[in-house]
Amino acid sequence: MARLSAENVQRARNLIALYPVPRSALVPILHVAQEQDGWLTPEAVEHVAELLDLTPAQVHGTATFYDMLFLEPVGRHLVSICTNIACMLNGAYELLEHAEEQLGVKAGSTTADGEFTLEEVECIADCGRAPCLAVNWRFFGNVSPGAFDELVDDLRAGGLAGDVPPHGTLCRVRRSVGLEAAAWDRDPE
Amino acid sequence: MPLTDAPRIVTARIGVPESWRLETYVANGGYEGLRKALTMPPEKLVEEVTAASLLGRGGAGFEAGRKWSMLRKAEPVYLVVNGDESEPATFKDHMLLENDPHQIVEGALITAYAVRAARAFVYVRGEFALGLERMTAAVNEAYERGFIGPNILGSGWSIDLVVHPGAGAYICGDETGLLESLEGKRGFPRIKPPYFPAVYGLYDAPTVVNNVETMSNIPWIVLNGGAAFAGLGEGRSAGTRIFSVAGHVKRPGNYEVEMGKTTFRDLFYDPACGGGIRGDNGLKAFIPGGASSYWLGPDQLDLALDQDKVGQAGTMLGSGSVVAMDETTCMVRAAWRITRFFAHESCGQCTPCREGSGWLEKVLRRIETGAGRDDDLDLLLDVCDNIAPGLTWPPQQTTICPLGPSIPSSIVSAIRMFRDEFLVHVKEGGCPHG
Ligand SMILES: Cc1cc2nc3c(=O)[nH]c(=O)nc-3n(C[C@H](O)[C@H](O)[C@H](O)COP(=O)(O)O)c2cc1C
Ligand code: SF4
Ligand code: FES
Repeated sequence: MARLSAENVQRARNLIALYPVPRSALVPILHVAQEQDGWLTPEAVEHVAELLDLTPAQVHGTATFYDMLFLEPVGRHLVSICTNIACMLNGAYELLEHAEEQLGVKAGSTTADGEFTLEEVECIADCGRAPCLAVNWRFFGNVSPGAFDELVDDLRAGGLAGDVPPHGTLCRVRRSVGLEAAAWDRDPE
Repeated sequence: MPLTDAPRIVTARIGVPESWRLETYVANGGYEGLRKALTMPPEKLVEEVTAASLLGRGGAGFEAGRKWSMLRKAEPVYLVVNGDESEPATFKDHMLLENDPHQIVEGALITAYAVRAARAFVYVRGEFALGLERMTAAVNEAYERGFIGPNILGSGWSIDLVVHPGAGAYICGDETGLLESLEGKRGFPRIKPPYFPAVYGLYDAPTVVNNVETMSNIPWIVLNGGAAFAGLGEGRSAGTRIFSVAGHVKRPGNYEVEMGKTTFRDLFYDPACGGGIRGDNGLKAFIPGGASSYWLGPDQLDLALDQDKVGQAGTMLGSGSVVAMDETTCMVRAAWRITRFFAHESCGQCTPCREGSGWLEKVLRRIETGAGRDDDLDLLLDVCDNIAPGLTWPPQQTTICPLGPSIPSSIVSAIRMFRDEFLVHVKEGGCPHG
């Protein structure tokens, strides 16, 4: 089932309550949907549209603008290698080439077993540890080819499960305060 | 060894164990600025910050106090903190979000009180998973302790603060792109006028947009006074600032230094900062203020980190990112990579930016891979001149937002400074650097 679960519908309602205008909760709710399924299924897009009183096309239109929102399935581990200027100056393209060989896929594609999607990305603001990469948006710096191999082995073996949740899980801390009471500062209009 | 005896203002707690927790923050003087601010009239706070000459740390360098004074008189007012940090080689806000979230919360609360905002939002770049977790946890803690929420510290003043995740798009760092994004839409920048955030911002209400580092300075300014802040630095470039030092230095990292009194040479060579160029190589050129800025050569190393002086030198301090490129660097490749970034991030609304960035990227790639033509240099400059006529600094604006006119900076710099290198690429059919 790729509609939002009951729990995630409640999370969506909590998010909507935080904003003066419901549509502002769209991207945060899409992150919740992506956490549930690893990507944005058509059913989830439709369900999110219902929750916000938007059309699926409006949701789709917003979602396609953003690099982190996927409208097609992604591997369990999204490996994002930065090749922007600071990383390039420190060997990022060599790292990317190594990663492509090691995983057996070109940047932009997913391994046959669905474990890894490899992508080349713009600066991820970890340039002090160039070359660097992110796995499901958990950052790893000063990544040599050897370190990359170790990282892949660890991820395959599930050794980093605590630090690197499955793809789609962004923020594991939930807002726990002032949720239903967000009405106290609601604008009167 | 600090370079000058200026205190560390925004990085004071970086490196303190569990610096992101409320207990640590409070044990180190946290939330005292808010306590004091709530005893002051809001106008007085605006005066203090104006007296401080706090220039915005997000890129454009506009005075924070003046920005707060320029709001259209209407209700509600909103505060939006810009934590989208995506300018290539800038990584200071990422550090602040992860390591000192309460300082951002406190700065935002004081600012919200000063401008009488109805609600505050912290827009955090989507990719910053840990930053989002730390910011969210900080809001939970601060709310439980009564720093956020109704009747804050018994003052009768109430506000909520919402942490909002982005989803990956550089253009959402532009303040109007960010507001569109915060409204749940594509991050298309808005046309100014009329859409200056202070006039028609979030939900068309008057809105203050300030950078994460800008906000982080506010508690210190309230506690120590605007004059104390203005006493640091030089002239308008007051206080200290974090510079993200990257590229070919021995010790890349974020360094908070006194503005105006510190130089690019200090950032690259001082043992307390970059520690020198890797392998003790020569420095070929450096990028002084992010991918959007014109480059400088080693002859400019003694230029002070002063917003106006760097402006007079024909470029900008921008986002506070400085990138060293040593003598082994292929300048065609460097310009190509930055251009590719812009081509990827152009939101596509304006023809010069959307089409120009793609053409420039293709021509640069062709030169770099050895398929360049004799007239390619003229072609590059011609396309650049179409995007930012005159190729001056600051650039002429032909587009909705400043992204488009920033595209020529690296290309024009590389051609002006290293024309021979481009010619060798074309003549010899490839890169002499291998
Ligand atoms: C393309 C583009 C990207 C930008 N990215 C950022 C950013 O990531 N963070 C930021 O604070 N400001 C960014 N800015 C500047 C903002 O538009 C705005 O000036 C700033 O957030 C205001 O805060 P400040 O006055 O405190 O610096 C960007 C501007 C442009 C044109
Ligand atoms: S200049 Fe470029 S990024 Fe800015 S609004 Fe126009 S197309 Fe979009
Ligand atoms: S350039 Fe790679 S993380 Fe910034």
